[in-house]
Amino acid sequence: MTLAAPDTGFRLVDRFEQGLDAPICLTWELTYACNLACVHCLSSSGRRDPRELSTGECKALIDEFERMQIFYVNIGGGEPTIRSDFWELVDYATDHHVGVKFSTNGSRITEAVADRLAASDYVDVQLSLDGATAEVNDAVRGEGSFATAVTAMERLAAAGFVGFKLSVVVTRHNVGQLDAFRALADRYGAQLRLTRLRPAGRGADVWDELHPTADQQRELYDWLVARGEDVLTGDSFFHLAAYGDALPGLNLCGAGRVVCLVDPVGDVYACPFAIHREFLAGNVRGPGGFTAVWRGSELFTELRSPQSAGACASCGHYDACRGGCMAAKFFTGLPLDGPDPECVLGHGEQALGARGAVVAPRPSPDHSARPRRVAVALTPTHRPDRRCDERPLAGSALRAE
Amino acid sequence: MTTTTTTPAPVYDPARPWALHPRVALRPESFGALAYHFGTRRLSFLKSRTLLSVVESLSDHPSGLAACRAAGVPDEALPAYERALATLADTGMICERVA
Repeated sequence: MTLAAPDTGFRLVDRFEQGLDAPICLTWELTYACNLACVHCLSSSGRRDPRELSTGECKALIDEFERMQIFYVNIGGGEPTIRSDFWELVDYATDHHVGVKFSTNGSRITEAVADRLAASDYVDVQLSLDGATAEVNDAVRGEGSFATAVTAMERLAAAGFVGFKLSVVVTRHNVGQLDAFRALADRYGAQLRLTRLRPAGRGADVWDELHPTADQQRELYDWLVARGEDVLTGDSFFHLAAYGDALPGLNLCGAGRVVCLVDPVGDVYACPFAIHREFLAGNVRGPGGFTAVWRGSELFTELRSPQSAGACASCGHYDACRGGCMAAKFFTGLPLDGPDPECVLGHGEQALGARGAVVAPRPSPDHSARPRRVAVALTPTHRPDRRCDERPLAGSALRAE
Repeated sequence: MTTTTTTPAPVYDPARPWALHPRVALRPESFGALAYHFGTRRLSFLKSRTLLSVVESLSDHPSGLAACRAAGVPDEALPAYERALATLADTGMICERVA
């Protein structure tokens, strides 16, 4: 993103916190169906929901996005390409001035699909991979998923698609592989994207053992500062800003303010990491459609009102981290007006220790293909491979992600 | 997306005629506007409504400067607006038009 601004004496972030006429970043999950069962899936995907939006309803929603001038949507799932009308919807969106970036595990990126994608300016692809080696990746995403993603990258590169995204959720086991991820992205002409592990969806079951340790968070921050140029982060590490300099990005929680999620059945949530009735603003099938939910729902109105810093009010770093991620707090049973569980000053860890008998809310709904397991063996057998603005004119390195 | 061959961005010259790039869309917001380039997928924020008026009306005026004046940009604010337009030129959001 770039700021082109005469100095008008206000911080853009403050305006964003009050909400916009339409979201900047809208995630649209097309289906809960998925051929994988990643242990940290934010949407607990697996089985299709019989109430999922029909092709006609999806097209009507795209029409609404066009009217609201939502310039692009991030399509995900589930595995969105599983929907039989997936390409029809992608074409419909791009024909209606709604650009598409879709997330995929790569299983349906055939040579023909790669050619088709390479020929389009309006469609971007984001491949998910959570280990730079099969061992680390497959422990999280399932047997064979590393090979599948690599094959997809080979096909995209061979078709001449430059700059697709290689998207990695940073975990305790892959944080030592950042250079290797970068090398992998470079090899296929892709751009690396790193995002934060959230305790949402099935991620709530594995967060304790998968989220980076305090030392690893520091390592990650230092890496992003030193070598993170051209690495996308979806603005997801703004809680690390309390280490010192802010990372590129808006550095705010955009939930319900500039960001939201539309799920496969049309439910609108404040953000992709908050699939829980507590953060449900409405449904696109309701009167006034998505527009009414975005502009008038009670939840979003409340999120756009001044928020209390609560327990963080006396902290000198509050302006930098803004208290961190709402969803991360919620699903670890912490108060929303207190520190993030991964607060770099350690306040989150203390808060987690002091929770006592507080039971963290369970993510809902659950579309997992199999009943969720509470304890999962996630540690690879071997150690992971270690080789592996506000000025009048501010130009920042952010891209629309 | 395949990378399209990029021509070097023109340096903003306020005396030249300018226009919004044909693949850029503007969305007015209370603080100003969002500008989105469908070709580069770049998003920019215009931080004032006046800047939005300038950018929208570039093609109606013989020069960037004339567009600024017509939108009511006062002399003392001109340098800031010209820097903003230079950023937009640099990122391909606006382009020089053949007069």
